[in-house]
Amino acid sequence: MSERSWKEIPIGGIIEEAGNADSYETGSWRTYRPIWDAEKCIHCLACWIACPDSSILLEDGKMVGIDYAHCKGCGICAFECPDKISALEMVLETDAAAAK
Amino acid sequence: MPAPKQLAQHEDLVTGGHRACAGCLPMTAMRQLLLAAGQDTVVGCATGCVEVVTTIYPYTAWKTPFIHNAFENSAATISGAEAAYTSLRKQGKIDKKINFIAMGGDGGTYDIGLQSLSGAMERGHNMLYICYDNQAYMNTGIQRSGGTPKGTATSTTPVGKVIPGKTQFPKPLTEIMIAHDIPFVAQATPGYPKDFTDKVEKALAIDGPAFINVLAPCPRGWRYPAEQSMEYARLAVNTCFWPLFEVEYGVFKVNRKPKEKLPVSKWFEGQGRFRHLFKEANKGIIDEVQAEVDRKWAWILKREELTQA
Amino acid sequence: MARRLTLTGNDAAAEAMRQIDPDVVTCFPITPQTELMHKFADFVADGEVKAEMVLVESEHSAMSAAVGAASAGARVMTATSANGLALMWEIVYIAASNRLPIVMPVVNRALSGPINIHCDHSDTMGCRDTGWIQLYSENAQEVYDNILQAILIAENPDVLLPVMVTFDGFIISHTVEVLDALEDKEASDWVGEYKAMYTLLDTEKPATFGPLDLQDYYFEHKRQQIEGMSNATGVIKSVGKAYEKLSGRAYGMTERYMTDDADYVVVALGSTCGTAKVVVDEMRAEGKRVGLLKIRSFRPFPHAEIVAGLASAKAIGVLDRSVSFGAPGGPVHKEILAALSGTGHQTSIVNYLYGLGGRDISLDHIRSVFEELETVAGKTIAPNEVRFIGLRG
Repeated sequence: MSERSWKEIPIGGIIEEAGNADSYETGSWRTYRPIWDAEKCIHCLACWIACPDSSILLEDGKMVGIDYAHCKGCGICAFECPDKISALEMVLETDAAAAK
Repeated sequence: MPAPKQLAQHEDLVTGGHRACAGCLPMTAMRQLLLAAGQDTVVGCATGCVEVVTTIYPYTAWKTPFIHNAFENSAATISGAEAAYTSLRKQGKIDKKINFIAMGGDGGTYDIGLQSLSGAMERGHNMLYICYDNQAYMNTGIQRSGGTPKGTATSTTPVGKVIPGKTQFPKPLTEIMIAHDIPFVAQATPGYPKDFTDKVEKALAIDGPAFINVLAPCPRGWRYPAEQSMEYARLAVNTCFWPLFEVEYGVFKVNRKPKEKLPVSKWFEGQGRFRHLFKEANKGIIDEVQAEVDRKWAWILKREELTQA
Repeated sequence: MARRLTLTGNDAAAEAMRQIDPDVVTCFPITPQTELMHKFADFVADGEVKAEMVLVESEHSAMSAAVGAASAGARVMTATSANGLALMWEIVYIAASNRLPIVMPVVNRALSGPINIHCDHSDTMGCRDTGWIQLYSENAQEVYDNILQAILIAENPDVLLPVMVTFDGFIISHTVEVLDALEDKEASDWVGEYKAMYTLLDTEKPATFGPLDLQDYYFEHKRQQIEGMSNATGVIKSVGKAYEKLSGRAYGMTERYMTDDADYVVVALGSTCGTAKVVVDEMRAEGKRVGLLKIRSFRPFPHAEIVAGLASAKAIGVLDRSVSFGAPGGPVHKEILAALSGTGHQTSIVNYLYGLGGRDISLDHIRSVFEELETVAGKTIAPNEVRFIGLRG
């Protein structure tokens, strides 16, 4: 977001665009990347309800992927994924990038 | 009755792109809170982690109306907003139902904001107060608060040669709020999402003030691996350090009675802030905390028995 | 049609508030503001107003709740004095910074300590840099008129700043005076409907209020506030003119009382101006060219009007009812020096500190100021040569 002059911004510190933090990316904070295995996923949403960064993507109540623009790689999703399912795995970001 | 599958039908009202630490469970609490509360909710938050990380100008992570005023006054601020709503509604200038939620961390609630909270509850505003309790002033660098457990190492109660961390037990905030005789008081944690979101729905449906104390683990301040935030929330419940219970018009209900009540040391283990307590010289502190946990747990169960009858 | 009333200053303020009928009034009791709120509470209890009265547990919460209510789009008022204002100080700044047009009568009282309940200006002078507009009132009539005008000044889209209407504790607040008030319909037409630019209650278009504002934008927001305060000068004047049309009573940034040809001018604020006018009348009858320059708007400070009002003065006595510890002279004195600096106007300026903690100021005191001014004309007075009025030696 380009920095605006005092004549161009709303007064009083008001932020008019609700949820515009969505355009601020925190994905580069990651050391580890969650890798999701769609085949194994049972869509229990244990990861989704626990994610602090709203980074588990859903469609029609089912998981469809991970928002890497915002995911900080905390690993809560993989930890919460039931042991028997293990549809999420944390991989070093550098390895994940190399694999790409 | 919201469970993840039902909640997934609701819109997520807190976006990513906020600047909380990785693994921040207070932010999970915020998501769950608003999944349950919905779009027509005015949120006020005291100065603290959540306020700071979600509203760094010109960005906001809130998709609902949001106000931050200062550290000690989120309850007073929201009571003013609720009074404005009441006035405008009586005048016929607004008719939709709007929820009012004030929030603060443990510093903003147990300590500096307690007067403002007490006043707002006494006045009977139709509002819900959420304390997201991460048991220290995390935003300013992990200083002890009135909500910090006994024995905790913080920046202002460090483990020294003479003093082994915080020497006082935490202020019994939930009990203080019960003593306000408001319609609804509860303890919850995002570690049990269904329990928490059910309580939010119940609190908002009730006419009058409600209070929920929400234990929200902080990997940075508690010093455990970030991926285990939900686990440390559950352990606090299953050791009965943080019982899940609610008090509706004076009637107690314990929402979770652990099948196996774990020793409090199970929750302490793995948290860097309690590591020193496992040294031989400090083990008496764990025993003291355990005795206090047992006493309080028994008293909650007893009151459930007395009031349910 | 004017209604002639006999009211105390506090009751005059409450009468203005009844006619304005704000959406929300927040309140915590403090002497000498209390009777203002008692009177307003009577109006609420009798159903004469629609206002929600939020009876908070501290002044800090009074201003906090006012900020919450104003952010929710309500027209909001509160009132306080002295220590109450000091307790809300933090949020007084926030109300101005968030551009919330709250109107707050402040019944001037000395700040503790030692504790004292009587008048001086240490409370409002202490927050002269909070970003609030400050209108000082000479008597109950002005209390009433200033409060009605404050609503329009605060809510003007080019201003959007909160306003303090101040009046001297006990001297005005508890003294019964005769005043003329507007008819209810005139008053409600005058204040009209308030429509906030942003409101928390707009859940369709949710906005965030009070964010964390860092190095990249805080300065810009402060610049906007400077602009709002700067615009207030013109708005105060135009609102004053419109009010004169309605009420027949004229209001500007200052009141020049026989200053046009005056050799010796006293500058003052508040109730002391009434006393000074009597002295000016007496001395004029004696053939002395004396005058009073009354400051109505201390924030924004009326530089141009001050320079014009002092143009003929050979010597000026500036009366301060509060101390700026460690500074050369009181807050009003410093502003006068600053206003005249660079104008080339050669005059002798003496600072008088008076009336702290409610110490009386008499006709004789003000006469002695004028008499001293006659002796200092042409002399250079060091800014820190402060004279004390009514202090035992």
